[in-house]
Amino acid sequence: MDLNLKATELRLGLPGSDEPAEQLQSSSSHVKNNKRSCSEIDGSCQKQESGAPAQKAQVVGWPPVRSYRKNVMEQQKKPESDGSGFVKVSMDGAPYLRKIDLKLYKNYFDLLKALENLFKCTIGVYSEREGYNGSEYAPTYEDKDGDWMLVGDVPWDMFITSCKRLRIMKGSEAKGLGCL
Amino acid sequence: MDPEPKKPEDSPSNSANSHAPVQPPSPFPDEVLEKVLSFIDSHKDRSSVSLVRKDWYNAERWTRSKLFIGNCYSVSPEIVARRFPRIKSITLKGKPRFSDFNMLPRDWGANVHSWLVMFAKVYPFLEELRLKRMTVTDESLELLAKSFSGFKALSLSSCDGFTDIGLKAIASHCRNLTELDIQDSVTEDVGGGWLSCFPENFASLEVLNFASLNSEVSFDDLERLVSRCKSLRVLKVNESITLDQLQRLLVHAPQLLELGTGSFLQELTPRQYEDIESAFSNCKNLQILSGLWEANSLYLPVLYGACAGLTFLNLSDAPLQSGEFAKLLAHCPNLRRLWVVDTVEDKGLEAVGSCCPLLEELRVFPADPYDRHHRDGVTELGFLAVSRGCRNLHYVLYFCRRMTNAAVVTIVQNCPDFTHFRLCIMTPGQPDYLTNDPMDEAFAAVVKTCTKLKRLSVSGLLTDLTFEFIGKYAKNLETLSVAFAGNSDWGMQCVLEGCPKLRKLEIRDSPFGNAALLSGLKKYEMMRSLWMSDCNVTMKGCRLLAREMPRLNVEVIMDEESDESQADKVYVYRSVAGPRRDAPPFVLTL
Repeated sequence: MDLNLKATELRLGLPGSDEPAEQLQSSSSHVKNNKRSCSEIDGSCQKQESGAPAQKAQVVGWPPVRSYRKNVMEQQKKPESDGSGFVKVSMDGAPYLRKIDLKLYKNYFDLLKALENLFKCTIGVYSEREGYNGSEYAPTYEDKDGDWMLVGDVPWDMFITSCKRLRIMKGSEAKGLGCL
Repeated sequence: MDPEPKKPEDSPSNSANSHAPVQPPSPFPDEVLEKVLSFIDSHKDRSSVSLVRKDWYNAERWTRSKLFIGNCYSVSPEIVARRFPRIKSITLKGKPRFSDFNMLPRDWGANVHSWLVMFAKVYPFLEELRLKRMTVTDESLELLAKSFSGFKALSLSSCDGFTDIGLKAIASHCRNLTELDIQDSVTEDVGGGWLSCFPENFASLEVLNFASLNSEVSFDDLERLVSRCKSLRVLKVNESITLDQLQRLLVHAPQLLELGTGSFLQELTPRQYEDIESAFSNCKNLQILSGLWEANSLYLPVLYGACAGLTFLNLSDAPLQSGEFAKLLAHCPNLRRLWVVDTVEDKGLEAVGSCCPLLEELRVFPADPYDRHHRDGVTELGFLAVSRGCRNLHYVLYFCRRMTNAAVVTIVQNCPDFTHFRLCIMTPGQPDYLTNDPMDEAFAAVVKTCTKLKRLSVSGLLTDLTFEFIGKYAKNLETLSVAFAGNSDWGMQCVLEGCPKLRKLEIRDSPFGNAALLSGLKKYEMMRSLWMSDCNVTMKGCRLLAREMPRLNVEVIMDEESDESQADKVYVYRSVAGPRRDAPPFVLTL
């Protein structure tokens, strides 16, 4: 049984930054090796998980696929919501993350109450115009596209299929989100 | 073929000088000639017609209504305006193809604005504009919207530079719009408000494609639009449209020929499931289907009722597994074109071989191009299976991680009619995985067997031999793409000397240098363009080429970190317009 120990490990760091720094390796001798600039591709260099076999250097524009096609695999792979509904939850200022199963909740009210319990904080009431204005904390989530969204804007069903991870932001930081 | 870049000094229009032979009077009056020529559509034929004699040239230019410009820098707006007075439809292409893969810096050029300014002055009755790989700003779209009262069709393929502001102008002002087709848009931040700007009484739309624009649109406005456009035949929505919303759209438009769905991921009630299933079954005319984001085995079956007449199934946004894919294919016996993601694996391609005997085109895209997840994708076995079952195959684009010479030899024996063979073995310089030999034998077989071959992309470990074979056998080849291949200048020279119909040559990361570049001196004027990046070409070689061939534009794109004597990215193209006047500082015109 997977104990999800990683979810409870003590770490300092922003939520989401849990992959090791990228490493590049030189590729075959056919290739002129002074042009390894993978940041031009899509803003992210390849990541190498410890223990995985060494990967080839990423070359600009190779393989020749259009930018939007690069995301097809990310669509398919849902690491946080692999059918079980478990997503990581971080809270600003808390030393470690928690994991919750979204499938256990029927609506936003239940979810927010559970989060308040888990982290012993107050989240307050959502309003379409003001977000969580006035509360000490505001719940946000990362969706499939990698964007950070305010919890509560979309219908619940849409939320649980698109939510990859949750982050409870300090109210002062979340002000920007709520005023959109 | 470009209408313009025939050598201008030789063209009949300049024969009004003392050296030109006096032409005998024409046997037909101009009106007759013009009437006859008005039936000729193809721009290649028209180019030929214009070269016969001076009066034919004039009759042709007065009767041409469709303009095709394959490279916007090969000619200028002024030259075009002078030659063709009566144009109603324009196709304009801009950046070199490698810009699709981020190999061109931002702001390289191909901005349509100066063209639009000219069109607005000279062609007030313009009806159609089709742009590919051009930068189109909101200002340009606004100018377009306001300048042509009869404007009907706008098609933007791989274009960037616009936001919903520009699209709002189009929607608001183009009263006679029949077509708005945005494909492979690379623009970010295009909001969805434009869709709501079509006036309430606007009902002329026949084609609407906004699949590649990410933002949500107002569904209510979309539904109303679709229900009043009775002639709508192509509708491609974006991912923000859900399944049950799609159902409502289909109820309004069962006559559709082409449909791009929205997201296929939604929990449906049994009632909703029935409704969408029945909506699809009512689409009796459907020929082309795409979209299907996040489709899975649960909801794919709702499509089955619409698949009998399908000729083109585009699953490139829907990474399916082999099982669900095979089940879907069983309902599509009439497929001619199929685009899939390699998650279907070889097993899925076996199903293609069994279910799709009429298949002519197959494209297999990689789900995981950077090999982050170590998935298998497809191999030579899948390609073989397709070639055995689909003998009419003539177009293939195949991304794979392994291939053998023997497989390709067999494949082209099964399918000798290939016109487009684009094989991408994703690891650069990879040999035959069974024998460890270069892949020369594979491509030799392709060019020897497929005599109608027009387009070829090579990959894997390749020596100069491959290029010798290409030069020797590929007599109909028009487009060649090369990456990480070859040993020496000799390879490129073989191609330049041997392929009489070559029009576009794009090469990257290959050991071809100045000798190879210069061996094509005379040839480049008969081609649309040459691209060479990260090869062994130097500034000296480029300057020499530029000096010898004044009618070619030789452009070098400077890289910040690079050595000043190396020419990292070279773009050579023929032009009657002279050097670009809008080149950014990092583009050196020699």
